[in-house]
Amino acid sequence: MSSADIERQWTTRLRHRVTGHLPPEKVLPDTQPAYVASWIYVFGVTTMVALSLVILTGFVLAIRGPQWWHTSNVGHYVNSLHLWSVEVFFFAMVIHLWGKFFMAAWRGRRALTWMTGVVTFLTSIAAAFTGYVSQTNFDSQWISTQAKDGINATGAGSIFNVLNLGQMLMWHIVLLPLVAVILTAVHVVLVRVRGVVPPFDDTPPEKP
Amino acid sequence: MKRFRPDVDAPEYHGPYAPYDIIKEGTIAFVVVAILVVALATLFGSPDEQAVTIRTWSNADPIDFATTALGELNGTTITAGYGAPYNHASLGQELGPLHLAHLVGVTIPVNPVQDFIIAPLSSVPNDHPLRVALAQWHVASKAQRATWVARYTRAASHMTWTDGHIVVPATHAGPVGVLINSLTQMARSGALDQALVTGHGFYTTNYTKPLLFVADGTYFAHLAQRQHLLGAQWGMMNETDSYPGQAWLWLYTFWYQVPPFSTSANADVQVWAIMMLASLLLLFVPFIPGLRSIPRKVRVYRLIWREHYRSS
Repeated sequence: MSSADIERQWTTRLRHRVTGHLPPEKVLPDTQPAYVASWIYVFGVTTMVALSLVILTGFVLAIRGPQWWHTSNVGHYVNSLHLWSVEVFFFAMVIHLWGKFFMAAWRGRRALTWMTGVVTFLTSIAAAFTGYVSQTNFDSQWISTQAKDGINATGAGSIFNVLNLGQMLMWHIVLLPLVAVILTAVHVVLVRVRGVVPPFDDTPPEKP
Repeated sequence: MKRFRPDVDAPEYHGPYAPYDIIKEGTIAFVVVAILVVALATLFGSPDEQAVTIRTWSNADPIDFATTALGELNGTTITAGYGAPYNHASLGQELGPLHLAHLVGVTIPVNPVQDFIIAPLSSVPNDHPLRVALAQWHVASKAQRATWVARYTRAASHMTWTDGHIVVPATHAGPVGVLINSLTQMARSGALDQALVTGHGFYTTNYTKPLLFVADGTYFAHLAQRQHLLGAQWGMMNETDSYPGQAWLWLYTFWYQVPPFSTSANADVQVWAIMMLASLLLLFVPFIPGLRSIPRKVRVYRLIWREHYRSS
């Protein structure tokens, strides 16, 4: 096989494409533009580590099943860790979102980065909601019976039945986390590909 | 050359770069957030109010339970008049000319009379008066059943719980009195909880029917009110006790507190429409002239990048 044949291979082309857009120094940078110097930048990484804690504590809860935390002190404590990592996750994500809005972080071909962030935010809201209705306690009873009216009124209730515990639990522990994690990964890759948005050019125009 | 659009294009950066250890930053962030989460969980824990069962409800307030059961019979409960996706009792909420749920149709059929009352009672063994009452109900015409239920309903305001029985001074109400009393006894024993859940077979994870039934009673709502969970109490974003709950739903919950939504019969679909629109606006901010200029005009970025502007 000639080297030209190898260059035509799908695998080779994909590798060139990936390494072209995302060379190692972009994946794991050791420098960054000097303007990336504000506390607001902390909330992106905070969101990500909080998400990892949400998933980690969710894994532990999943080992013994959805009812374990009602009957075990350890289980209840893990549930508390899960709850508070979710609260920190949303707190950080909302600040991250507003920070990026005020930076107009979609500038310079970064619209897709913004959009994946927004969809991740909306997906996370759905993931948290399905968690609340899967708790198998009074909160899940009340929240599901109230929320059904809004979802039913849109017609979506015909396939998304918030009173069906099994369905909500599957959405909570499989479908929505998978979507949220994939979207987060795409979002981070886009940030690495395009870089952090530069500041607005505030140089006053020169007088003629 | 293409014109530079300040809200769409970013200026090219030719300034200095600073050292950045992404792995160290991530590790420190993980440790700090983990400590914070452990501290919050240790200090505040998490709420776990036990679920309401039909047994606890009917023992705590048998009159409310029996009144709700009667409401299922006479069609005055929320479920009985709901419409799609549960039944054809109404067109449901409307958004302009559209009844969205009705358009999709009944996909989760719930017949309150049959599912909440007749079917569970039919599973009760060795109860001769109940068997006779059910036989009387089954052979009666629709009009005859309605007449019995109407007569019982008229006297139901005098309902009492006497010597462990539901007593209503109704005359010529056919089997309704026996049905309501038997269902209350069944509920108090815990058998109705099981009957409603196992209606789907031995294995089930679907609690649609018992949840709808419990939510039709006022007992459930009173418990929620004590926990500040009603819609008018910003309930959609709250949870039991004083935990932050789903604070990120504040905007969704906000609309329910203000007119016209606070009094609208179509509030749910209207609020959802607003939130869908708001979500789309947020998603497409980069492409919406005017909206995408807000950050440049309000100049909060001067605060974020103050070091940059100070040094340049």
